[in-house]
Amino acid sequence: MTRTAPGRGGNAARLGLMLLPVAFFALFFAWPVASIVGRGLRPDGQWAFGRFGETLTRPDILDVLWFTLWQALASTALTLLVALPGAYVFARLEFPGKRLLRAVVTVPFVLPTVMVGTAFLALVGRRGLLDELWGLRLDTGVWAILLAHVFFNYAVVVRTVGGLWAQLDPRQEEAARVLGASRLRAWRTVTLPALGPAVASAAVMVFLFTASSFGIVQILGGPAYSTLETEIYRQTADRLQLSTAAVLTLVQFAAVGAILALHARTVRRRETALKLVPAERTARRPRGAGQWALLGGVLLSVALLILAPLAVLVERSFATPDGYGLDYYRALQSVDDSGTFLVPMTDTLVNSLRYALAATAIAVVIGGLAAAALTRRGSGRLVRGFDALLMLPLGVSAVTVGFGFLITLDEPPLDLRASWILVPLAQALVGVPFVVRIMLPVLRAVDDRLREAAAVLGASPWRAWREVDLPLVRRALLIAAGFAFAVSLGEFGATVFIARPDNPTLPVAVARLLGRPGDLNYGQAMALSTILMVVCAVSLLLLERLRTDRTTGEF
Amino acid sequence: MHTKMSSRKLAAVALVSALGVTTLAACGGGADGGKDEAGGGKTGGKTVTLVSHDSFSASKEVLAAFTKQTGYTVKVLKSGDAGAAVNKEILTKGSPQGDVFFGVDNTLLSRALDNGIFTPYEAKGLDRVPDALQLDKAEHRVTPIDSGDICVNYDKAYFASKKLAPPQTFDDLAKPAYKDLLVVENPERSSPGLGFLLGTAAHYGDGGWADYWKKLKDNGVKTVDSWELAYNQEFSGSAGGKKAKGDRPLVVSYASSPPVEVLYADPQPKTAPTGVATGTCFRQTEFAGLLDGARNPEGGKALLDFLISKKFQDDLPLQMFVNPVTNDATLPALFTTHGAVVDKPETMEPKKIADNRDPWIQQWTSLVLK
Repeated sequence: MTRTAPGRGGNAARLGLMLLPVAFFALFFAWPVASIVGRGLRPDGQWAFGRFGETLTRPDILDVLWFTLWQALASTALTLLVALPGAYVFARLEFPGKRLLRAVVTVPFVLPTVMVGTAFLALVGRRGLLDELWGLRLDTGVWAILLAHVFFNYAVVVRTVGGLWAQLDPRQEEAARVLGASRLRAWRTVTLPALGPAVASAAVMVFLFTASSFGIVQILGGPAYSTLETEIYRQTADRLQLSTAAVLTLVQFAAVGAILALHARTVRRRETALKLVPAERTARRPRGAGQWALLGGVLLSVALLILAPLAVLVERSFATPDGYGLDYYRALQSVDDSGTFLVPMTDTLVNSLRYALAATAIAVVIGGLAAAALTRRGSGRLVRGFDALLMLPLGVSAVTVGFGFLITLDEPPLDLRASWILVPLAQALVGVPFVVRIMLPVLRAVDDRLREAAAVLGASPWRAWREVDLPLVRRALLIAAGFAFAVSLGEFGATVFIARPDNPTLPVAVARLLGRPGDLNYGQAMALSTILMVVCAVSLLLLERLRTDRTTGEF
Repeated sequence: MHTKMSSRKLAAVALVSALGVTTLAACGGGADGGKDEAGGGKTGGKTVTLVSHDSFSASKEVLAAFTKQTGYTVKVLKSGDAGAAVNKEILTKGSPQGDVFFGVDNTLLSRALDNGIFTPYEAKGLDRVPDALQLDKAEHRVTPIDSGDICVNYDKAYFASKKLAPPQTFDDLAKPAYKDLLVVENPERSSPGLGFLLGTAAHYGDGGWADYWKKLKDNGVKTVDSWELAYNQEFSGSAGGKKAKGDRPLVVSYASSPPVEVLYADPQPKTAPTGVATGTCFRQTEFAGLLDGARNPEGGKALLDFLISKKFQDDLPLQMFVNPVTNDATLPALFTTHGAVVDKPETMEPKKIADNRDPWIQQWTSLVLK
């Protein structure tokens, strides 16, 4: 790895870029989390480190740790297995309806976990669809959790890996073929190394997600299964055992830190400047039996794993007691005077979109600046630490952050506890890592010599960035924004922990509706979820369109 | 030199534009400006803030009547499920998020009182509330607002088709005739689940409840984590359960669930599809209190008075599906027609609940789940 030593100016620029993200994280992540953990470990002003030994030798806690680890590993492996062929198909093959399908596979990612659980139970549970057809019954348990995780994270792999794959120049592989390499060898020696970092990134993200999965384990696992995340929630929210929760939070931190360090090392060793081309040029119609079979296989797996649960939801939103109809949708528009809400349900959609826009703006700005800072060559330890810091929120329990907000952001001018901005801030915390992970592989792959050439020709760094980097990263930026938006739309954890005036977001409204008995409430929950699905699919489709429209730059 | 300058400039431009975008985003997001912007930063004045759990609800007219009466506007903050909401108040003790907290029930009362999150205040009109419900009569740190019963509900159609009488008591539930029919909630994660466990502990005593649960386990009781799952997925008698093809005709729910099933069915049936096993009930009372450190204590006191006024008490049942506590409140027809009369619910001292809750739950977990 030869890298040009950065001048002092480069450092100043990097520090400038890092300033805002660092401030953001210090204020809205590090400080709240440190406060709540500190309160758990210093119950009476004394550090109680003995708690570690006590907690970590309890058999029930050890069970939780073991289950968390193995289900996350299994989920990640399964997701990669199912989704990598999908990434290839979406990146390299052209087929009708591709855009729509790409938007559809991203939808699960933004569904509230409450709905995912419900849909999966309806599909694979006792007397579910599969049970009726073939007597296949997973009920609640490990398999249901694993499948739901694949359902959830499929898009992460397809978008991060596929996004880069689509822009790899196929001519490099062709050149290898011309020089006599077999198809497999050409792929192994040319494409695979180039994809390596993106695959590793995706795997790390999926692992972090599944290891910290909360709603799905809570619903599909039943009471017998508990992961680190659900345990932290239980110890904090149900039992107020802050010391146990603090120990577990630190264990989670250490684990996440270790994974991220490992990830950073593998990526650094693999990363090379790649030759990127616009995605439109790389996709082709499938040729030969192999590609057709692959396409068929991928479409089938998408149909079974992703479309089927979504279809169950949609079907139930129309299934009124007297045949199919729009009754539940009509009910959404009325202010139900004997209900939980002071606003018509349709307002929850507006609330959700408003929060999501704000959260996306924050995440794109913070994440974009951070990614730009991290791309600049010359890696100090400081920068690597910063990279890891940005990823931490993915692996830290929402309940820890939410409760941390409560006890830290309570002094004017920062008494944000009842302010609407708290929700997008919390959601942006989860969005930023996405933006960074999606932008970095692409930004780093921009050949430095292009920038140097621009500088030699007299362009200012700003102009060089605009002319060289921006066109290449615009697509990644849009994908990242789409992800941040989607994460925010479906985000449920943090939103639930923050006390808020009665302007519920859509997922929160769904959860509340499901929490009340009666046909109309259940139907409305299904109808709202269907609307959420459609909104997500449409906004993602719009993003897909946007990137081909040359006039749009940044947001 | 040239590069250094421009890098600095670049950094400055980036920072300024970033801050600009963030501010823009913040303003854009708050386009509904001022509607509920009164964060805790503002002191007292004309807003009184009520912190509650997610199930709180009151009709617009009733809240408007309060404003007309007192000049205070009520702002409601919903803070998660009942347990989490109370725990948050304990965490933020002395710097509360609002003025009044509503929704601490008898299973959580001791923890809240021991942590000193409330300031004493005797609400006006408290004489209309039965003494039995006033669990803090000496100090009036909390005021009873509503009560409800956690009971086993049964699916009428199922038992009619099997020509089997539905169970009525705790003992019945353990009989072979009702094998594999009951679904309950995990007491650690669900308040009806905890209520049902406490009900069995009150009924069979400290020595007997564990044996009873062994029998229930042998009789095929199923446990799920939340009321939503139990009622809307597993229970065959509810609308959601029918759709999900739930196959358990017995579920732990509330005495007010049958009227709600009627209310939300379209068209409304003449009789409720579900019934209540009245010998399996545990009484839950919910309280409200003035938070210690409230920014608007006067407004908070006015709100507490209002919560036990006839207007609010009459509004309660159809909002939160619970019973009013004052003796002058009128129950809606829906409740009198379809609701169950629970003569002898099980009850338990808050202190006893607080002392035993965690060990009992642990014992229950190793007994039933392992």
